[in-house]
Amino acid sequence: MEQKKVVMDADGIDRSLTRIAYEILEKNKGTEELCLVGIRTGGVFLAERLKKKLTNIEGVDLPIGILDITLYRDDLRLTNKKPMLGKTDIPFSLDNRKVVLVDDVLFTGRTIRAAMDALIDFGRPKLIELAVLIDRGHRELPIRADFVGKNLPSSLWESVVVKLMEKNGVDEVVIQDDNQ
Amino acid sequence: MKLTNKDILGIKELSVDEINLILDTAESFIEVSTREIKKVPTLRGKTVVNLFFEASTRTRTSFEIAGKRLSADTINISATTSSVVKGETLIDTARNLEAMNPDAIVIRHSAAGAPHMLAKMVKQSIINAGDGAHEHPTQALLDMMTIKEKRGTLSGLKVAIVGDIAHSRVARSNIYGLTKMGSHVIVAGPAMMIPKDIARMGVTVYNSLAEAIKNVDIIMMLRIQLERQQQKIFPSLREYSSFFCLNKQNINLAKEDVLVMHPGPINRGIEISSDVADGPYSIILDQVTNGVAVRMALLYLLIGGQR
Repeated sequence: MEQKKVVMDADGIDRSLTRIAYEILEKNKGTEELCLVGIRTGGVFLAERLKKKLTNIEGVDLPIGILDITLYRDDLRLTNKKPMLGKTDIPFSLDNRKVVLVDDVLFTGRTIRAAMDALIDFGRPKLIELAVLIDRGHRELPIRADFVGKNLPSSLWESVVVKLMEKNGVDEVVIQDDNQ
Repeated sequence: MKLTNKDILGIKELSVDEINLILDTAESFIEVSTREIKKVPTLRGKTVVNLFFEASTRTRTSFEIAGKRLSADTINISATTSSVVKGETLIDTARNLEAMNPDAIVIRHSAAGAPHMLAKMVKQSIINAGDGAHEHPTQALLDMMTIKEKRGTLSGLKVAIVGDIAHSRVARSNIYGLTKMGSHVIVAGPAMMIPKDIARMGVTVYNSLAEAIKNVDIIMMLRIQLERQQQKIFPSLREYSSFFCLNKQNINLAKEDVLVMHPGPINRGIEISSDVADGPYSIILDQVTNGVAVRMALLYLLIGGQR
């Protein structure tokens, strides 16, 4: 087993995001009432890229928000390290909106559970859909994604990292063995 | 990153990194108070006791709202309605509270050092909401947060603090904080209200308002405590006001984009004129809004999650 393997390169990420954009439009029959909410930190840049693609395809500028779920985590009690709290910025009402939550990796599902609890505190969305670049399995809660870039079966001792130009200087998805 | 101590007793004990951590965290809490549902579940099941031995509107309400918005259970105890009137000592009060297992105790007391004593005695996190004339750390933190919000940085700014410096815990905490963060602090007031060796804290001392506020970025006016008039520290409120009241005329001595602050409650017309307090330079109410965010940040950092 190699220590680090690139499972998706820049082109692959771009093609997946394009397909996800089309799938979002297809499933929701257009952009009416639609909005995007990126989960900090991985989902924010992906949400912005999706927004651009959707504008290119449909000519519509979708509202986009940023959600930090630190305050809603279920593991604050159990961890010694306190994650740095980031800003949440959702400058529009969520009432009656179709919200597409965007994150980079779907794993146990606990982040999404926290995100949904946060969204419900902001208003009453008409529906919530989930778009992720990578689904690596190992769900601990009954949660699933509506739009998936790539299914990546993984082991618990591996970590899956999505690197993006905006924060890491490169676009790639790597899986690495933490035991090595 | 987290705070090194279990308590917030004063700015003196906080490092620059810790102050930055608190201010950054507080920034992220501002939006919670703008939501429709102003609640996050972070401190669900935690208990915060507000133990106030001195009167307070702002600080106490601010702590109560901060705790409630984090879903904590907040209890308010004011000395006048507690067994303190029956003669129960502070130590006994604290031990009895400790036995009921709260997570944090916020205390305001007229004796300097009271929170420090409690912190050594009980295992809960203690937050100093003002101890005598010693420190009022949460006020200084919200003041610094407000300045940073408006000016982008604390470093290199000229801040004038004017009033009864000797009896002001707000002044003391702000002097510690602002000098740590790189501001240049000026203090001014009537000579008998300026502690003799205060220049040792790294501040410049003036005895006139005009000299103090010349070309400053921030003016912080302190409340003249009317009770002190009985102690004959100054001849009359009118005389104090004629020398040290910030008004529409003398404010022009400061920088054009000066910001005016006051910890509250304000004595209109005595240390600050109504038109300045309510005018375009005033960020007094922003301070109050940020107070809730800073206190939420402190509660989160101290008792959110495991210690």
